[in-house]
Amino acid sequence: MIEADRLTRCYGPLTAVDSLSLRAEPGQVLGLLGPNGAGKSTAMRMIAGFLTPTSGTARVCGHDIRKEPLAAKRALGYLPEGAPSYGEMTIREFLVFMIRVRGLERDVAFRRFDEVVSRLELEEVLEQTIGTLSKGLRRRVGLAQAILHDPPVLMLDEPTDGLDPNQKHSVRMLIDAMARERTILISTHLLEEVHALCNRVAIIANGKLLADATPAELEARSRYHGAVSFSAQGSGVSREMLARIPNVAMVEVDPLDGRVTVFPRPGLPILEDVQALLRTQNLQVSEIQLEQGRLDEVFRQITTQPRGAQA
Amino acid sequence: MTAVSAIARRELWSYFVTPVAYVFMVIFLVLAGLLTFYAGDFYDRGLADLQPFFDMHPWLYLVLVPAVTMPMWAEERASGTLELLFSLPASIAQAVLGKFLAAWAFIGICLVLTFPIWITVNYLGDPDNGVILAGYVGSWLMAGAFIAIGTCMSASTRSQIVAFILTAAVCFLLLLVGQPQVVDFFQDSLPPRLIGALGQLSISRHANAIARGVLDLRDLVYFFATIVAWLGASVIVLDLKRTR
Repeated sequence: MIEADRLTRCYGPLTAVDSLSLRAEPGQVLGLLGPNGAGKSTAMRMIAGFLTPTSGTARVCGHDIRKEPLAAKRALGYLPEGAPSYGEMTIREFLVFMIRVRGLERDVAFRRFDEVVSRLELEEVLEQTIGTLSKGLRRRVGLAQAILHDPPVLMLDEPTDGLDPNQKHSVRMLIDAMARERTILISTHLLEEVHALCNRVAIIANGKLLADATPAELEARSRYHGAVSFSAQGSGVSREMLARIPNVAMVEVDPLDGRVTVFPRPGLPILEDVQALLRTQNLQVSEIQLEQGRLDEVFRQITTQPRGAQA
Repeated sequence: MTAVSAIARRELWSYFVTPVAYVFMVIFLVLAGLLTFYAGDFYDRGLADLQPFFDMHPWLYLVLVPAVTMPMWAEERASGTLELLFSLPASIAQAVLGKFLAAWAFIGICLVLTFPIWITVNYLGDPDNGVILAGYVGSWLMAGAFIAIGTCMSASTRSQIVAFILTAAVCFLLLLVGQPQVVDFFQDSLPPRLIGALGQLSISRHANAIARGVLDLRDLVYFFATIVAWLGASVIVLDLKRTR
């Protein structure tokens, strides 16, 4: 479990993290989502023990990071931003160093080493110097280091940043596989990642927590939520006819490809009415879609509100 | 303790995978040899001891020890591994101690590698090997004090060059403070008690005392206290930097 309790960090006059309170339970993958410079990394660095909070605190598995820092760190696996590691070491040497610092028992260490190396597919490159590795491999080494001691809490700062699509996929599979009995906190500015990984999202901007919800709840905030969009041959259906459907709020036509999007009044279903109308007009509909809502739009809406309007 | 030894082992190991250790060793051994024979009048003195050899050590350390200690924390900070290190279940004190022990052990290895000069003096004459051993202990303790100062300077700054210069400057002061010229200079302006106290701060005075073959408790306490104080300062500096 991770709890942040009014975590605050100032750099001179700048408040990087402003009274941030969060809570993630085992089985949850909580995504810290925010624009660059929102305070995601600073918050994680405080929880990891690299930075001291200006005020407030955090608890990892119930261990207060200020009162019992070592116990908190023992329960935590952390991948810092950019996955730093000692470039002059080979992967094997680096992981052995991590095992030693963490003081793992000999038999546990052997088992975990083999497990982690095979899980992250590092067998072939174990004797390579980390400094010579590609970005993707280095990230995998960073992940290996973070899960080496089988921690109940994982904190990953932009785990897929700079990876190619295949690597992203395999890292997501890995996180997904580990998520069941662990608490995982990841930071990202990639919305696709939220969809792929997280069952909860905390949106942060200017160091403040602006939203804490499931991805579906966030999507429901989008004006696209419940909207119906379709492409049709010809222009037999007029915007006026669609707009006359009782629950429809607005109709938009994409000037480029002629795709029509029909927006409902908040919370009201319109799919069946639109379909019925299209049927009566005898239109050749090539494709029709019920929109779930667009996270990017919600994200933009939440993070670009004027400061005074923020809750 | 496992964390301290793991960090110390990694650090010591890192000296030997980069050219640092080899360059240092070669320069140290060559200079120690050359200075002893040319500047120290090893032959002309006609004495079977290693006094000229040990007399050169403070000046060698003055240049070489800051070079060993300057990357100690500055590099971790620059490469981002400091974040990794501080997220591990090792306290700052443990990390500082581990790194210090690694550097100290490294200088110890260098000192051991000067054994040919010990063989030479035993071949040429009949020296008091107890005094020579004490000389080595004194030299190693002095190196420990320099390393502790270097640790603190490296922790204080991002720039390795600044760390080098600050370390060399502080070590130089601590060497100078006991020299007769300096003591004479302050003879009239400072009360004698203060001059006496200043003299007690001198690294060379304590190292020389040990090098004469006398392991006085006061000298040991001096080095122990110096090392502990500077390492303690390093811990405080590193901890303060987490809040800024």
